[in-house]
This record gives sequence, C-alpha cells and structure tokens, in this order.
Amino acid sequence: MSATWKQYSEKVIDHFMNPRNAGDIVDPDGTGRAGNPVCGDIMEIYIKVKDGTIIDAKFKTLGCGAAIATSSMITEMVKGKSINEALTISKLAVAEALGGLPPIKIHCSVLAEEALKSAIEDYRQRQAARREQT
Amino acid sequence: MVDPDDVKRAITRKTILVSVMHANNEVGTIEPITEISRIAREAGVYFHTDAVQTVGHIPVNVDELGVDLLSISAHKLYGPKGVGALYIRKGIRLTSLMHGGEQERRRRAGTENVPGIVGFGKAAELVRQEIDEEAKRLTKLRDQLIQGILDRIDHTRLNGHPVKRLPGNVNVSIGFVEGESVLLNLDLEGILASTGSACSSSSLEPSHVLLAMGLPHEQAHGSLRFTLGKWTTVEEINRVLEVLPRIVTKLRAISPSFKIVNAKDKRKENVRHLETV
Repeated sequence: MSATWKQYSEKVIDHFMNPRNAGDIVDPDGTGRAGNPVCGDIMEIYIKVKDGTIIDAKFKTLGCGAAIATSSMITEMVKGKSINEALTISKLAVAEALGGLPPIKIHCSVLAEEALKSAIEDYRQRQAARREQT
Repeated sequence: MVDPDDVKRAITRKTILVSVMHANNEVGTIEPITEISRIAREAGVYFHTDAVQTVGHIPVNVDELGVDLLSISAHKLYGPKGVGALYIRKGIRLTSLMHGGEQERRRRAGTENVPGIVGFGKAAELVRQEIDEEAKRLTKLRDQLIQGILDRIDHTRLNGHPVKRLPGNVNVSIGFVEGESVLLNLDLEGILASTGSACSSSSLEPSHVLLAMGLPHEQAHGSLRFTLGKWTTVEEINRVLEVLPRIVTKLRAISPSFKIVNAKDKRKENVRHLETV
C-alpha cells in the first residue's frame, strides 16, 4: 500500500471502506452541516430523535478518507444516546475511537463534532418552533 | 498556458532573467517557449527553462527553443535520482552555486557523483533510441484514458491543454468527489495516481497550479493525475477505465453536494458550471 494509506489506522480504513450509516434519513428531526467546498470537506449529519434519545443517525460526506471515517464513527457513537449525552461527544473521542488520526486530519474530527452539534441545534430549534405553534 | 504577452508585460528595466518551465509537471501543458524566449531576447534578458518534464519524452532542441539555460533531471528519464544537468549557452557566465572546489568548472564545488552521472548518460542514450515511438505510443494511451474518463463519468473536465500536452500526463477534475478518497480506493485496486486536493498535502491548500488556472477550489480538490510511462500498457488503461467510474459512483452516493446538484438538475437549473469553467 502507498503512503496515503499508511498514515491511517486499521479502524479508519475499515470505516472509510465500509462506512456505517451512510445515506439519508427520510424526514429527519435534525440536520447539521459543517465544512465548505473551499476547504474540500462537506459533512452532513441527520438525526432521528424519540423521547429525547437519538434513535437513528446517518451522514453524507464529501471529503478525504478521514472525513468519511469520522462521519461514520460519530454516527455510530450517537445512536442510542440522549441529546445531552450526544453533545458531550468530543472530536477527541471520535479520533480515539478510530485508533487515532494523523495530525493533519484532526480537522476532520472537528468537522464531525460541528456537524453533530449543528444537527442537535437544528433539532432543538424545530422543537422550540413546534412548542410555539401549540 | 503561459501567454507570451503576459511575459512581455511583466518584464521591467530591472528584469535580468525570465524562467518558464517547458512543461508543467501537474497538468502537462507544454508552454510556448520559443515565443517567450524571443520576447526575453528582444528585451535583452536571459531566458531559462526547466525542462525536467520534457527531456526524454518529447524532442527538445535548445536552439529551436531559443533558450540560454535549460535544466534536466536524470530520474525523469528513467535514470538515477540525485543527478541533473544544466545547459548553458556559450558566452553566458554564471557565478558559482557552491564555493570551495574546482569541480564542474568552478560552478559547483563538491565531488561529482560519478555513478550517477554515468547512469544519467546511459539513461539519456537509451531514451533517445525510442523517444519518437514512445511519445506516439503514450500519446495514444493518454488520449484513450482522457476520452474514456470524460465519456464514462459525468461532471468531469480535463485540466491542461488537450493537445500541447506531455505524452504521459492525464489530469482531470471529477466533480463531487474529493481526490484523496479516490486515490485510496484506486490504491486498493493496485492503481497509483496523485491529486491536487489539499487533503493529501500537509498545507491544506489545494494545488496552486489548478487555482492559478482559475479552477474553483472544489474542482482542485477533485483533481486526479495519472502519469503514464515506459511500462504502462493498454490493458492498464482499460483497467483504470473499468475501476474508476465504479469508485466515483460509490463516493458520490455518499456525497452531500452531489445530492444538491441532482435536485437542481430536476429543476432544470443551470448546473453546467463544471463543463464551462
């Protein structure tokens, strides 16, 4: 394998080649987005919430191996967690769960954390809007 | 391509040297060196070209190019690494690069790398025997690969000149995918390529060449370069054309930006920006 591969842990490679939770959620309760085309990575995370617990999470990501792997890992980590628990998932925890990331790829785990937080924020805003309506 | 008129405008009274690479290493474009060197000569300025990419691959003649100085590297023509050569037109005097020894007519101090130099000579001799045939063969393979990619994968574009191009260079941008993720997949299939994407560099900045050519960042991030050489076969080209579309489809399926454009397609909005740039 070439040098591009050698920088990655086995877990990163596994989550990159076989991403978990890739795809859309029909009618999600929250959608979050991080990154931009200029930096080369765009990450979207969708969540489904029931009684304050994230029952499903999916992602779509345009980005490098590490970006795809961190998206895959963070969506695995949030499933079954309460909203408050999910908010405590840090970029560090994602990187650790993947067996570490090369230093220049740390920003990928930052994006994953941001995308998740933005999905939760979106969920909360929708909830607030709904409460106002009723 | 470098516009000779731009070079003309850039020369001031203070200019002492103009240097333009003979062919760009990333996008393969062969620059109009003869025209540019003429401008330099008319302005009374020395002209240098970096011909590392071209010597051994296309015919190079210092008189036809009109250059004063030309640099070559052995490893780009299948010679050993660590040896190069500088052509200096008669009458041009250079100050020493390194002081302290008499070597290389006092231009560069230090013991010469004799095995390297011998290897360079042999490599040049060998490459000269087959350059015409090899350039023809590679140009054919190159065009097959370019055409195949553009035909089989939508939202793709060729970077660099379609014809005035190194025989062994293919550089394309593939929309809605990121270069490194494509490289990793290709690597697993035994295919080596490179990308101008920031994700594979330590600087997090995409290729300055592609950006200077006016490509938007996202297309620089989705760029892919294949280099063909002496040992590249038509079977290998066909295999890339078989494997690459599959990889792109797989990555686009999880790409959020691809989804947006598809939705736009349905609304018949203009999404031809990829083709028109």
